[in-house]
Amino acid sequence: MNVFAIIGRVVLSTLAEIGALSRFTWNAVGHVIRPPLFWRLIAQQMMRIGYFSLPVVALTAFFTGGALALQIYYGGNSLNSESIVATIVALGITRELGPVLGGLMVAGRVSAAIAAELGTMRVTEQIDALTTLSTNPYKYLVVPRVVAAVVTLPALVFIADIIGIMGGFVVGTQSLDFNPGVYIKNTADFLKYDDVMSGLIKAAVFGFIIAIMGCFHGFNSKGGAQGVGRATTNAVVTASILILAANYVMTSLLFAN
Amino acid sequence: MSEAKIELRNVCKRFGKKVVLDGINLTVPKGESLVVIGGSGTGKSVMIKCVLGIIRPDSGEIFVDGKNVLKMDSGEREKTLRKFGMLFQGAALFDSLPVWENVAFGLIQGRKMPRKKAKDIAIEKLAKVGLGAEVGDLYPAELSGGMQKRVGLARAIATEPEIIFFDEPTTGLDPIMADVINDLIVSSVKELGATTLSITHDMASVRKIGDRVAMIYKGKIIWSGTRAEVDNSGNDYVDQFIHGRAEGPIQMEVLKP
Repeated sequence: MNVFAIIGRVVLSTLAEIGALSRFTWNAVGHVIRPPLFWRLIAQQMMRIGYFSLPVVALTAFFTGGALALQIYYGGNSLNSESIVATIVALGITRELGPVLGGLMVAGRVSAAIAAELGTMRVTEQIDALTTLSTNPYKYLVVPRVVAAVVTLPALVFIADIIGIMGGFVVGTQSLDFNPGVYIKNTADFLKYDDVMSGLIKAAVFGFIIAIMGCFHGFNSKGGAQGVGRATTNAVVTASILILAANYVMTSLLFAN
Repeated sequence: MSEAKIELRNVCKRFGKKVVLDGINLTVPKGESLVVIGGSGTGKSVMIKCVLGIIRPDSGEIFVDGKNVLKMDSGEREKTLRKFGMLFQGAALFDSLPVWENVAFGLIQGRKMPRKKAKDIAIEKLAKVGLGAEVGDLYPAELSGGMQKRVGLARAIATEPEIIFFDEPTTGLDPIMADVINDLIVSSVKELGATTLSITHDMASVRKIGDRVAMIYKGKIIWSGTRAEVDNSGNDYVDQFIHGRAEGPIQMEVLKP
């Protein structure tokens, strides 16, 4: 087979995919800003996406905060480790690890679930059935998930921030023998509003990515059980990569000055 | 022939290199029941989805009540869609909703009817297809194939549409249940005075529900006539199809051993 033909095909299909995704996102956003919204469904999705992700995100944050504290202590100079550990744990969790790891965990949980659910609805013609019942599938299926994810991800990450710092605190005070009062004071002194806020902005963007990727791959799945499986995998993989890429871009923008 | 309710003029659609609809011309007169017959993969489903706007044809015109649906803005299009009801091949019931809410879906979401009132109507429609009120509280997954089809029919007629599409209404059912469905289709259509377009390859169904019959082959309508004419159409393709012969002008793409 001709090498150029293969390259050409890959380029074309990639561009087609990007085009389709852009159009899908455009449509979805268009329906988010145009009323009416299905509040019942948004509330239901907030439960599924936000509330039920709490245990996963909380555990991730706790262990990450703990491990971070240990690493800084072992790697750093032990003379002033007491203040450094608290500071770096607080900054690391709120700026990067809270949103990124939280986002990735929710991507695994929620993108997959959305893609599988909508993918099954697609292959069993349930999405077409919505159209015949004069209900716009974007409005009914995509918008509630996107809105719920964008709203709940920052809330999840805010909780993750608290629990992550608590993880560092527990390890610091229990196994590294730091003074609890000093640890809290160091955290409070160094942590700024902007650190937390930047993480929450990131979380909202990650929520958007998670919901859109799940919906996009679900909507475009075809070919029965195998197709739904492929859609699920693609949703998680693309959501995760986009989260990491978007995180880099946002870090470079938010912390440029 | 009375005025045309639905008219397709020279509708073409291709997916990649595969030509699915190759200039379809078809008219469904008001109040009549047209059945389109044809083998698998001849473009029957795509044709119906073009009329519903789920798939956009590459060229051609589609008129509903004299208006070209392909040139409508989204508001007009939504209004037109309200005239339609559809029974899907696999019933396409929403498996996250109980049966009554499936039946009432078009009323609650499309017509903004209060849930309580919509439920009463749903129970009434379920009774019309021979299902008791207790079925309303079950979920679609708990029903047999025949019951799902009946719920699908109840859902299609719940909004009392002017036009109903039936996509292979009897496929996958035993002959007795198939006949029950056919009878239900005939009685409910008569009661509503609806115009219907059905696609099927079940000849028993054709003879029962069709006023007129058209045959689709390779993306074109190759014959059309009344139900009585179908048995002596003088068309070799039609003859081969209604008698179900492997030999004839229609060659299945099957490799001979």
